[in-house]
Amino acid sequence: MKIEVRGLRKQFGSVPAVSDVSFQVKEGELLGLLGPSGSGKTTVLRLIAGLETPSGGDIYIDGKRVNDLSVQDRNIGFVFQHYALFKHLTVFENIAFGLKIKKWQPADITQRVAELLQLMSLDAVEHRYPHQLSGGQRQRVAIARSLAPRPSVLLLDEPFGAVDAKVRQELREWLIRLHDRLNVTSLFVTHDQEEAMEVSGRIIVFSKGKLEQIGSPAEVYEEPATEFVARFIGAMNILEGTVMNGTVKIGSLEFPAPNIPDQVQLQVGFRPYYVKVSEDPTRYRQTATLRHIYFLGVAYRLEIETAEGLILRSRMNKEEFRQYRFEVGRPVSFAVTQFRFLPQEGMSFPSSTPPQLLDAGPLTP
Amino acid sequence: MIRRLLISSVWLYFALLLISPILYLAVHSFDEGIAAFWSEVTKPEALHGFLLTIEITAIVLVLNLVFGTITALVLVRQHFIGRTILSGVIDLPFSVSPVIAGFMLILLFGPETILGTFFGTLGVKVLFAMPAMVLATLFATFPFVVRELTPLLQTIGTDAEEAARTLGANEWQVFLKVTLPMLRWGFVYGATLTVARAIGEFGAVLVVSGNILLVTQTATLHIYQSYVDFNYVGANAVALTLLAVSFAILTLLELTKAKAAATVA
Amino acid sequence: MTTHRLLQLALRSAAVGYVALLILFPLVAIAHQSFTGGIDHFIQDISTPQASSALILTLEAAFITTVINALFGTLSAIVLVRYEFPGRWFLNALVDLPFAIPTLVTGLMIAAIYGPTTILGTWLQQGGVSVLYDKPGIVLAMLFVTMPFTIRSLQPVLMELERDQEEAAFSLGASPWTTFWKVTVPSVLPGLLTGVFLTFVRALGEFGSIVIVAGNIPMKTQVASVYVYGEIESYNPQGATSVSVFILLISFLVLVLLERLTRPPGERLPRWFRWSKQPLSMIRPSEIG
Repeated sequence: MKIEVRGLRKQFGSVPAVSDVSFQVKEGELLGLLGPSGSGKTTVLRLIAGLETPSGGDIYIDGKRVNDLSVQDRNIGFVFQHYALFKHLTVFENIAFGLKIKKWQPADITQRVAELLQLMSLDAVEHRYPHQLSGGQRQRVAIARSLAPRPSVLLLDEPFGAVDAKVRQELREWLIRLHDRLNVTSLFVTHDQEEAMEVSGRIIVFSKGKLEQIGSPAEVYEEPATEFVARFIGAMNILEGTVMNGTVKIGSLEFPAPNIPDQVQLQVGFRPYYVKVSEDPTRYRQTATLRHIYFLGVAYRLEIETAEGLILRSRMNKEEFRQYRFEVGRPVSFAVTQFRFLPQEGMSFPSSTPPQLLDAGPLTP
Repeated sequence: MIRRLLISSVWLYFALLLISPILYLAVHSFDEGIAAFWSEVTKPEALHGFLLTIEITAIVLVLNLVFGTITALVLVRQHFIGRTILSGVIDLPFSVSPVIAGFMLILLFGPETILGTFFGTLGVKVLFAMPAMVLATLFATFPFVVRELTPLLQTIGTDAEEAARTLGANEWQVFLKVTLPMLRWGFVYGATLTVARAIGEFGAVLVVSGNILLVTQTATLHIYQSYVDFNYVGANAVALTLLAVSFAILTLLELTKAKAAATVA
Repeated sequence: MTTHRLLQLALRSAAVGYVALLILFPLVAIAHQSFTGGIDHFIQDISTPQASSALILTLEAAFITTVINALFGTLSAIVLVRYEFPGRWFLNALVDLPFAIPTLVTGLMIAAIYGPTTILGTWLQQGGVSVLYDKPGIVLAMLFVTMPFTIRSLQPVLMELERDQEEAAFSLGASPWTTFWKVTVPSVLPGLLTGVFLTFVRALGEFGSIVIVAGNIPMKTQVASVYVYGEIESYNPQGATSVSVFILLISFLVLVLLERLTRPPGERLPRWFRWSKQPLSMIRPSEIG
C-alpha cells in the first residue's frame, strides 16, 4: 500500500473540514479526489503532503507513519492550483530548486532538468521567466519542478483549474500519458467530475468533509452509493417515495421494491439515458408533455412533464432523435428502463443494490 | 477644450509650487560664483555635516531594513491579539511633528529620567549625542520599509513558500531563497524613502542634538546654522547639494517603480 | 512544530519590542509629563496668548492648505490618470519630489523665490500678499510638503475605477453629471478622504520649511511646532508639553475619524491590508490610463 489514511480528521477552529476519512492508495495509482468546494478534498491532499497537521487520525506513506514528519522530509511532489512558481527564477532554476536543496551535483542537476524539460516539451523556454510563459507552460513547469527530485508520491491541487477549457483538455490527456510513462503514485484534486472520470483510475467522492464513495469511474457513475454521489456525478432524475406493498408508487410510475419493508422512505434515481421517449403516445405506457429540447452537440436532452407535474430529463443520441419528430408542447410517451434505489443523504444502503428493470410496456409497436 | 484647460491648470500648479522654487535655488546658489559655492560646500563644518548625516542614515537604514522586515512579516503572517493596534502604531510617526518627536525623546532620556540616569551611569551619552540623533531619525523613518512590504507580502501570498517547503527547503532557506527575493523591489523602494527622509530630517535632530558645532551638527543643521548666521551663500550651497542628492534619490525611485512593475506582472 | 512556534514568538517579540521602544515609550513619556501637572495646568498652558495664537494659526493654515491641496490635488490626479499628454511622465515623477527634499531646503527655496528680492516676490507684495515672514508663506510651505498626499491617494483609486461602472450608469440613463456624483465620487471618496486627512495632519506638524519661510514671530507667524521649539530652547518643558500633546490629540482624532470614515463595512484591518493590490508607491506613469 503506497498511501494509507486512517480516521483522518481536521478542524479549523470550530469548523470540521475533514471528518473520519479512511482510504488506501495503491502503488502507481492515479487517484482523483472529487467534490464541490468546501468538501474537504484539498484539505485531505494538504494533510497527506504535510502542509497541514491533522487534528486526529494517521497518515502512512510507504508503510511509515508520517504524521510527525515535516513536509520537507516526506519526499512528495506538490503542484499548486496557481502554480506557485518562483517569479524571480527562470524555468531552469525553478525546476532545479529542489535538487539544489538536496545538494545534487551540478552536472546531475543539469542532466535531470534537461530530461524534464524534454519530457514536458519545455526545451524552448528554459531561460524564460514565469511571467513570460503561457498558462499551460507555467503549469508544466510546476509539474516538472515537483517531479525533479523523484518524489515517491505526486499530489496535484486542481492542477488545471486556472487555464481555459481547450488547454485543460490537452493538459488532461497529457497528464494521463505522463502518468502512464512515469508510474508515480498520484493523487489529484478536482471539482470537475468529467475530469475526475476521464483521468482517474479510481475516484474518491467527498462531501462536507466526509468520504462518500470510492470506486472506479464506472462504479461511481453506475452504482452511486449515496444520493450525493448520484446527484454530483452525471445528471440524475431523483424522485422520492415510500414503500407500500412492496412497490414504490410515484404518480403513475411504479417501482417494484421486493426486498424492502413497507413504510421505508426512499429515493428513486434513474439516469436520463434510461428514460426512453417517443412521440407516439401509445408506444410506452407512461405519458407526459414535452416541455423543452436542448441540443448538446453529441446528444439531445429532452425535458418532459408528467400529469402530476414531475419534471424528468431524458437523453438520446442524434441518430435516435432523428427517428422522431418531436414538437415542444405535444404529448409524448416514455418509460424508465433502469433505476436504482438510493438511501437518504446521510444514510447508505449495502452498495450492491442491483439496478431494477421496470415493466416498460409494449416495446414494439 | 476642457482637456487643454485642465492640463494647463495642472502644469501651472506644478510650475508655481514645485518647479520654480527648485530652479530658482539651483540658479541663485551660484550668484556669487562657483568658487564661493565650492568653498562653502567643502569647508570643515559642511563636510562634517555631510559625514554625520551619512553615518546616521546608514545606521538607520540597516536597523529599519531588519526590523521593518520582521515587523511586516509578523503583521501579515501572524494573527494575534493586538495586531490591529500594532499596525496603527506603526503609522504614527507620519503624523507626529519632528519637533514633538525630538521633544519626546528628551522627556524619555533627560537627566532626571530613569532611562537617562541609567545610561548616564553606564557612561553612555544619549541626548546631545549620536544615540539620540539615531533614535530621532529612526522614529521618523520607521514606517517606510514596513508599509512598502506589507501590501507586497499580502499580494504574494504563501503559495511559493509552501512550494519551496515541499521541495525540501527548511525555514531559513525558504526565507532567503524565496521570500526575500520576491520582496526585492519593496526593499529598494522602502530603503530609498528611508534614506531620503533620514537625510532630510531636521526638526527632531535639532531638538535632540543640541546643535553642537562640529560634533552633532548634521547637514541640515549646518544649513540652518548658516542661515541663522546670515550666510545665505553657504546655506544655499549646501541646500543645493542636498537637493541634488534628492533628485538622484527620486530618479532611483522612479526607476525602481518601472522595474518592479515589469516583473510583478 | 514547536521550533516554528518559538521562532514565530521570537519574531513577534522583536517587532513589538522595537515598535514599543521607538514609538510607544516616547508617547507615554510625553503623555505622562503633560498630565502630571493636572488637567487644569494643561488648559492653562495652552490658553496663554502666545500658545493659543500659535495653535489657532497652525490650525487655520493647515485647514487652508488642506482645502487648496484637495482641489488642486484632485484635479492633478484626474489629469494624470485620465489624460495622455507630453510630459506626463515628468509631472508624475515630480509629485514624489516633496518626499525626497529636506523640509529645510524647501523653506530656503520658497523664501528665495517668493521673497522680496525677486520679481515674483515684489509683484506679490504690491498685490498685498507678502510671503516671507507672513501667513501666506506658512500656507505655501505647508502646501509644498503636503502636495503628494492627495494625488498619491487618489491615483490608485482612480485607476481601479473601471469605466464599466460609469458606462453602466450611462446606459441606465444617467447624465455625466449625475454619474460623477452618484458613481464616481462614492468609489473615489475613501482615497480622497485619506489624502485630505493626511494632508491636514502633516501640515499641522510641519516645522523645517516654516521656520525659514515664516520665521518665528510670536503671535504673528509662530506655528505650534515653532512655539514648541522655542519653549524647549527656553527650558520650559511645561509649555512645550501641553501644546505638543494638544497637537498630538488633534492628529490622533483626525486619523481615527479617517479610519472610521474609510472603513468598508465588515472590515477590521487598517488601510494597507485592504489596499493590497498595489502599495501606494508603486504607481508607474505608463500604467495610468
